[in-house]
Amino acid sequence: MSVGIVMLVHADLDRAEQVARHWSAAGCPVVIHADANVPARTFRKFVKALSDIDTIQFSPRHRCEWGTWGIVAATQSASEQMLRSFPDVRHVYLASGSCLPLRPVQELIDYLAARPRTDFIESATTSDVPWTVGGLDSERFTLRFPFSWKKHRRLFDGYVRLQRRIGLKRKMPNGIVPHLGSQWWCLTRQTLSAILQDPERDTYDRFFKRVWIPDESYFQTLARLYSGHIESRSLTLSKFDFQGKPHIFYDDHLQLLRRSDCFVARKIWPRADRLYEAFLTDEAHAMKRTEPNPGKIDRIFSKAVERRTRGRPGLYMQSRFPRKNWENGMTGAKYSVFQGFTELFSDFEPWLARATGCKVHGHLFAPDRAQFSSDQKVINGALSNSAAIRDYRPQAFLTNLIWNTRGERQCFQHGPVDRQGAAMAMARDPNAQISVISGAWAVPLFTSNRDFADLRTEAARLQKIESEFLDKLRSPLAKARIRIWTMAEFVENPMEPLQLIIDELGAKNARRLTEAPKMVNLQGFGQFLQNLKNQGMHPYLMGDFPTDPATHRPGRTNQRKPYLVKK
Amino acid sequence: MSIVSSYRLRLQRRRWLIRAVRKRRELSSVANRTRQIRKSDVLLFCTLRNERIRLPYFLDYYRQLGVTHFLFVDNDSSDGSRDYLAAQDDCSVWYTRRSYKRARFGMDWMNWLLLRHGHGHWCLTVDPDEFFVFPFCDTRPIQALTDWLDASSIKSFSAMILDMYPKGRIDAQPYREGQNPLEIAAWFDSGNYVIEKNPRYGNLWIQGGPRQRVFFPDQPELAPALNKIPLVKWERKNAYASSTHMLLPRGLNLTYDEFGGEKASGLLLHTKFLNTFADKAKEELTRGQHYCASVEYKAYADLIGDDPELWCKWSEKYINWRQLEILGLMSKGNWA
Repeated sequence: MSVGIVMLVHADLDRAEQVARHWSAAGCPVVIHADANVPARTFRKFVKALSDIDTIQFSPRHRCEWGTWGIVAATQSASEQMLRSFPDVRHVYLASGSCLPLRPVQELIDYLAARPRTDFIESATTSDVPWTVGGLDSERFTLRFPFSWKKHRRLFDGYVRLQRRIGLKRKMPNGIVPHLGSQWWCLTRQTLSAILQDPERDTYDRFFKRVWIPDESYFQTLARLYSGHIESRSLTLSKFDFQGKPHIFYDDHLQLLRRSDCFVARKIWPRADRLYEAFLTDEAHAMKRTEPNPGKIDRIFSKAVERRTRGRPGLYMQSRFPRKNWENGMTGAKYSVFQGFTELFSDFEPWLARATGCKVHGHLFAPDRAQFSSDQKVINGALSNSAAIRDYRPQAFLTNLIWNTRGERQCFQHGPVDRQGAAMAMARDPNAQISVISGAWAVPLFTSNRDFADLRTEAARLQKIESEFLDKLRSPLAKARIRIWTMAEFVENPMEPLQLIIDELGAKNARRLTEAPKMVNLQGFGQFLQNLKNQGMHPYLMGDFPTDPATHRPGRTNQRKPYLVKK
Repeated sequence: MSIVSSYRLRLQRRRWLIRAVRKRRELSSVANRTRQIRKSDVLLFCTLRNERIRLPYFLDYYRQLGVTHFLFVDNDSSDGSRDYLAAQDDCSVWYTRRSYKRARFGMDWMNWLLLRHGHGHWCLTVDPDEFFVFPFCDTRPIQALTDWLDASSIKSFSAMILDMYPKGRIDAQPYREGQNPLEIAAWFDSGNYVIEKNPRYGNLWIQGGPRQRVFFPDQPELAPALNKIPLVKWERKNAYASSTHMLLPRGLNLTYDEFGGEKASGLLLHTKFLNTFADKAKEELTRGQHYCASVEYKAYADLIGDDPELWCKWSEKYINWRQLEILGLMSKGNWA
């Protein structure tokens, strides 16, 4: 009879009864505090059901509302009763009605017997831990909280604001240092009685009555005054979500809980029959012990919190629809956008696929359809190539594509002939690698066989669109990895930028490029541009192309030959 | 949101509620077992017409999920649905032959029953071809979810419609009574959904899926809305707006996180596309009782002659909720 259990109960009394029986069967006296909100009839039934065991007692009832003094008062009176009625008790373990012992009670008794002077209570100074949710940590002690947070939220918040504004503050009595920690502790008779019988207790009680959530600070603070040996951890496993509410354990957590190294878990869903069955058995029926692996429990619950607060980057769905700039990753993975490359190199797409092993699409935003790789009609995630569907929500088209193909890098072509609906989205996206050869849109015009008047209008239109696109890329909002060359620059020495892009793509073969894509024949292109100029349409995005072939051409061709002209 | 528009929405909600109360006269009770309803019960509300063949499996599925009482409105069925339901111990049935369309596509009837019997309960409002899936639904009953929602002070739970379809012709495999329709319609589109926020009601407007891909490739804006909020802790002041896509007060529509996190959500597996579909489409076209001049059914009818296949190479085959979660169609949120 060395461990006594103080049990705080407010609902699901049949489960509480089960657990109380389990504790007392192992020889632990139990003092139960039932919330004053429990209807009298239910409570009488509960008392009657447990009347056959004389080591189970009931303490005077208090009204326990979350975050208020009632819980501390309940703990105090139940603890006092425990110490008074069961003089053999050396450790008092505070548990709730929805706690479940995970290991045979005898193990807990032995464990505590081996540490007769140790107090297990999580207790940390407010300045050192960022645990608390909602911005109230040290203010829990310095402000007053006369209003209920649950029932009168507005009054609560308003009064907090008012006190902040006029600088109302309270002093800690007798200069004690506020500590916070889990509500569930296990204290020695010495420490607990010292707290409860302190001549200054009235002072402390008066102070803590107006502290916010005193059940997480009253014993945690006062234990520091008297305990000879505090081990600052809780023997009760409880995980909290991002709002500070405890995670609940269900039947499917059985294997996980067996691997916990804690003695007690909270909180258990009252209808988790399998858990209650599995853990509330005597030693003979207990399941084989498994190697404790508390890290796993930790991971699962911290992942849940992470999913709730950060989510999966690049995912847009029914319960995750971030506002602009709150996306935490606009798209799910890195991808590359090429503008002007297919115009300048006749076999750019197959060449890029060979050189990098990425998935290479054509112009995804082409006016007639999305040109998926191998001209598929539908692609990963059943994304359709219909231009109408794509243009209906262009940004969603892009984010869906990248989300659906996670794990495989996507490359696609873009250009002024394409729809520009997703242009700004790409520019803003840090996952995008955008490479532009400006002015290359003129090459298909140059090689086409159309009336010059048409060409001129078309050139003017494309130049305008591309220049708008470049403005987006150069805007301060652009977060993509952006490279822009004028066509003249690029043609001068194409291998170097190509190598740069490929390296950045993280291609599988990090060797130097041995094979270059085939460049279209640009003989006469300078003259073509000059003709446009002569018609009053000044193409400027491609940089300076020499008009006169006689003076410049021979030298340049010689220079380019070793890299580019593949026979 | 300005005071004026918030007041307007309040009036709107009141109007719907008054409508619902007035439309109660259209419902006549066939079997009223609502006195069996206990305080903690999860209730299911459903309007149907000629769905007899689907009912046995539908009831089984939701009973297993933990639904304890069903409230049906039978809109003039002629296939024995009404008698079948009336014979079930956990079903209450009302009958009406009035216009589905003029009852705002059945929502007035639903709102009335919700108002009358739903207050204080978690209420699931679904169609007979929709199967609700939520995180951990294979190991935890629906009460685990609703208890958790209560503990987290969440009052509504979203579940997007996921259109399921068979491989091959829609009518290739006949559906047998009592069979799990997901054995036939086992496939779905995993990643072609587009979302827009509805600034008026605050809900998301989701479109996409096979219906947009196959039936509306040229007019994607006509594709049906897929967002639904079928599970709500009902209060008398609540009212569904159009279908269960959205409701008022608008706070109940905020089932999504706007700052990068994910809230918990589920899915409604929609098994409309079985061999029963062609007849149904034909009938609904002549009745003209469906949304937006039945534009959906018209589009199907145009295509159904050409024997369209909804299945494509990139369709996913349904395994379980975890698969749907990994694909990003639903989320566990912070429920673990």
